Amino acid sequence: MDKKQVLSTLLRKTLMALTGLFLCFFLVIHLLGNLQLLMPPEQAKESFNSYSHLLSGNIFIKIISYVLYASILIHCLDALLITLSNRKTAGKYAVDKRGASSKWYSRNMGILGTLILIFLVFHFKDFWYQYKFGSLPKDESGHKDLYTIVIAAYQDWWYVLFYVLSMFALGYHLLHGFFSAARSLGVYHPKYVSWIRVFAIGYSYAITIGFAIIPIYIYLTQHVLWN
Amino acid sequence: MELNAKIPQGPLKDKWSFYKDHARLVNPANRKKMDVIVVGTGLAGSAAAASLAEMGYNVKSFCFQDSARRAHSVAAQGGVNAAKNYKNDGDSVYRMFYDTIKGGDFRSREANVYRLAECSAQLIDQAVAQGVPFGREYGGYLNNRSFGGVQVSRTFYARGQTGQQLLLGAYQALMRQAAAKTVTLYTRHEMLDLVIADGKARGIIVRNLDTGEIERHSAHTVILATGGFGKIYYLSTLAMGCNASAIWRAHKKGAFMACPSWTQVHPTSLPQSGDYQSKLTLMSESLRNDGRIWVPLQTAEKRKPNDIPEDERDYYLERRYPAFGNLAPRDISSRAAKERIDAGFGVGPQLNAVYLDFSKAIKEQGKEKIKEKYGNLFDMYRKITATDAYTEPMMISPAAHFSMGGLWVDYELMTTIPGLFALGEANFADHGANRLGANSLLQACVDGYFIAPYTISNYLAGEINSKRLPTDGQEFVDAEVQVRAHLGKLLAINGTKTADHYHKILGKLLYDYCGLSRSKKGLMYAIHEIKQLREDFYQHLKVPGTDDEMNGELEKAGRISDYLEVAELMCQDALTREESCGAHFREEYQTPEGEALRNDEQFCFVSAWKWQGADKEELLVREPLHFENVELTVRSYK
Amino acid sequence: MKIYLKIWRQSDAGSPGQLVSYELDQVIPHMSFLEMMDTLNEQLILNGDRPVEFDHDCREGICGQCGMMINGRAHGPIPHLTTCQLHMREFKDGDTIYVEPFRGAAFPVKRDLRVDRSAFDRIIMAGGFVSVNTGQAPEANGIPITHEQAESAFDSAACIGCGACVATCKNSSAALFTSAKIAHLAKLPQGKMESGKRVLSMVAQMDIEAFGHCSNTEACEVECPQHISVLNIARMNWEYTLSRILKK
Repeated sequence: MDKKQVLSTLLRKTLMALTGLFLCFFLVIHLLGNLQLLMPPEQAKESFNSYSHLLSGNIFIKIISYVLYASILIHCLDALLITLSNRKTAGKYAVDKRGASSKWYSRNMGILGTLILIFLVFHFKDFWYQYKFGSLPKDESGHKDLYTIVIAAYQDWWYVLFYVLSMFALGYHLLHGFFSAARSLGVYHPKYVSWIRVFAIGYSYAITIGFAIIPIYIYLTQHVLWN
Repeated sequence: MELNAKIPQGPLKDKWSFYKDHARLVNPANRKKMDVIVVGTGLAGSAAAASLAEMGYNVKSFCFQDSARRAHSVAAQGGVNAAKNYKNDGDSVYRMFYDTIKGGDFRSREANVYRLAECSAQLIDQAVAQGVPFGREYGGYLNNRSFGGVQVSRTFYARGQTGQQLLLGAYQALMRQAAAKTVTLYTRHEMLDLVIADGKARGIIVRNLDTGEIERHSAHTVILATGGFGKIYYLSTLAMGCNASAIWRAHKKGAFMACPSWTQVHPTSLPQSGDYQSKLTLMSESLRNDGRIWVPLQTAEKRKPNDIPEDERDYYLERRYPAFGNLAPRDISSRAAKERIDAGFGVGPQLNAVYLDFSKAIKEQGKEKIKEKYGNLFDMYRKITATDAYTEPMMISPAAHFSMGGLWVDYELMTTIPGLFALGEANFADHGANRLGANSLLQACVDGYFIAPYTISNYLAGEINSKRLPTDGQEFVDAEVQVRAHLGKLLAINGTKTADHYHKILGKLLYDYCGLSRSKKGLMYAIHEIKQLREDFYQHLKVPGTDDEMNGELEKAGRISDYLEVAELMCQDALTREESCGAHFREEYQTPEGEALRNDEQFCFVSAWKWQGADKEELLVREPLHFENVELTVRSYK
Repeated sequence: MKIYLKIWRQSDAGSPGQLVSYELDQVIPHMSFLEMMDTLNEQLILNGDRPVEFDHDCREGICGQCGMMINGRAHGPIPHLTTCQLHMREFKDGDTIYVEPFRGAAFPVKRDLRVDRSAFDRIIMAGGFVSVNTGQAPEANGIPITHEQAESAFDSAACIGCGACVATCKNSSAALFTSAKIAHLAKLPQGKMESGKRVLSMVAQMDIEAFGHCSNTEACEVECPQHISVLNIARMNWEYTLSRILKK
């Protein structure tokens, strides 16, 4: 511990904040795309598939996607580094009621993050991998038919449940993460801090509900309304 | 025996300039070769250590706390006085000097007090430059509040934590020097003896309180800035660790003690609630700016304070001292409270308190304004008593607070031992028989920042040829043997009573007979009792553990063994001063209205006491006080 | 009241420690927590046992010396309170109270409930000051500072250095302590001058001392006896980033 660290505790947190906020930004784009799934089936299929096609072709989008992969990677590795180092410094108590003075999700960002990571593995395997490397059928416009894959995936209640629960993990992660990122980046003016706090709460709710509602909607429309 | 205070020549206002112009200097190359020991890291100690280190001396700084920042200066609440006259209310250095001299009931040295007032403005500049966040007006300029005993607003404040903020400024200056390696810090070290070689103070013996190790440290000069010993009363506003040991052991090595019985009893502390109590929490005197003090007009009042109508309340300070009212000086306010409590008008479960009422101020200024001024004090009151002082009057009572007495020092703050200096509350110098509110922070800071750097250089200029004293010399060996013997003696008794047991008895004895009021009969009784208590102490004390480990009880026992001796001298001092002045109120000497009756004919002197040996009476040496600039008047606040 | 105590006893930094049970009768609700501890120690001494070593001094909540984990909370169950200001009326007759020292890699236990917090001193030593020598100061009213600025600086400067923020932090981070000093001095023109250098060296020292990362859980603010705001941490982060970017 004697030598000066290249990456100070503060810089590591800055890195978490920057990558985290980028992921937050991505989530908005992702959600906007996904919301197309809520349209009537025919329209949704057309719109969603062409949107997916658009995302896969554009060079600008491509760069963004590499930043995205890097962000996920850095966010995870940095988190691992921070957690391991915190483990060494943290005091351990025989009786520990320290939880009374903070929110549970703020203390468990690592666990929430791990849950999200597990979800991401499945998520990538089921959709991203399929789209990139799998052999997808084409739709009427000649675009890869991701829509059908998605609809098919949400036919199983357990998959919907897994997805929705994961979104809650994400929601709590964001609830602390978004505003914590602003803190790590140094927003200290009380007025803007409270604005950001309100925005962060709204944002987290919107993302969580937005993403969670889609599989539920698809499941319900497929099983309840039309059967 | 003559005591020479070494007051510089010339008119009062030129004395300090004259001194500074003529004081000898040490050249920078020689400063590096000279070691200075500073014991205590309160305002006086930290300020002196930092200032001397900045000049280039090698400083060793000692404190018994686990960090220099925790010294008890931290607890001073109300503020610090300075003659800046920002309020344009007629303040000046002379007026501040006069207020302080008068506040001290004409028992302090003119030259010292004038210097205190003279340096006060500079201190505010220094503190602001260090980043002390004093209260400011909306225009951005420094604000002042008024304080007891004066008619101008000259008190600078940082909410109710002025002492903390000033100390942090000094502490940070000290840490800056520690980083520059000009200061070596020894926290959790307690001084147990002074080492004298060739008649000069040349080192100290300390105990590492974490390991129990005894260490020897040598230097060219030793500065004691170890604070006051009001904790001798057991129940006091002081911290648990405050003690007289450093100055007392220096006293036993030849430094005279001056006026040890002059203890200020603070009027606005929280009352005692039971025998288990370990201290009395101070509520800042600044509360008296807006709070009104009263007791019920009838004894054994059962009604709640808010149910007692206005015409059944006795605002006794406003009644007795209409000119100053609730802002009467501390000694007068405390005594007036005691008078009412003793007469049976006290309130609270133990009938030992008076009310401090804010309802009028809240009505006039609004709760928000009061909250801004005293919010932290009201919070503190609620935490301790579970009472909301915004809706119900506070209950307060007098508590032992500040030692005006201490090691006798001359104008240079040097004790009767050459090379041994005493700064801040540890010395007797500027406050006379009663200290004015917000002057203690000032004195500690001025001693440390502005006086010691000159006077210590002046002393060290004569020492540039004396080599570093090796710590294996006979003087150190002897002192250490003595220290070890004393610790061993305390441990060997292995009796049945704890150190606290003795402290509580001693404290009560002193509070009753050598506290707010004293009488010949009471003092003689107390001396007798203290002697007995001391004997009992050495027969029945129980100290667990050993001396080569962390041992809090051994620390306490050592301090109390000293208190048992200090207490006797305090009573002796009070007994021989057959007059009433300031905080020293002898029942035999009072006016028909019950005010203090001074005797300038016979007692216009400082009592300095010389240790003559364990079984001998101390020798009283008088330092006559000469007043050339002020007329001795009856101190009236009516 | 009767109180059952389970107190951490450890003879020195190198030895293992453990919780030891004690019983105390006749506890009075108006007693402060530390007076209860005094009573226990009196009892231990008279029984020939070693009393419990614990840190304390001013007993009015300002020196910052006292600090214990009481029932798993820094300074006990009440927010914004020092241990010395905690009173026994907050507990019930027959309660069991667990008392442990403040912990963290940077706060090694010295004995029983006493811990070594000298790391805080070294953080201040790294730059928590204004570089002004005695005698150099200009006229105090020379630089006006707005009322709000002064009050805000005071809010940061009020820290008592007790270490509750570290003790209550799940990572034992000293972010609140360090940032309070950085913010205090950065908010004032006198301290602004050196703020870039200060923040870099204080943060580096904080890391050397083995304090953890700040996870922004804000538990520290809740336990802080002086209500030091977590916005100080934001200020530190800002000053730090700025200083890293501007550093030559």
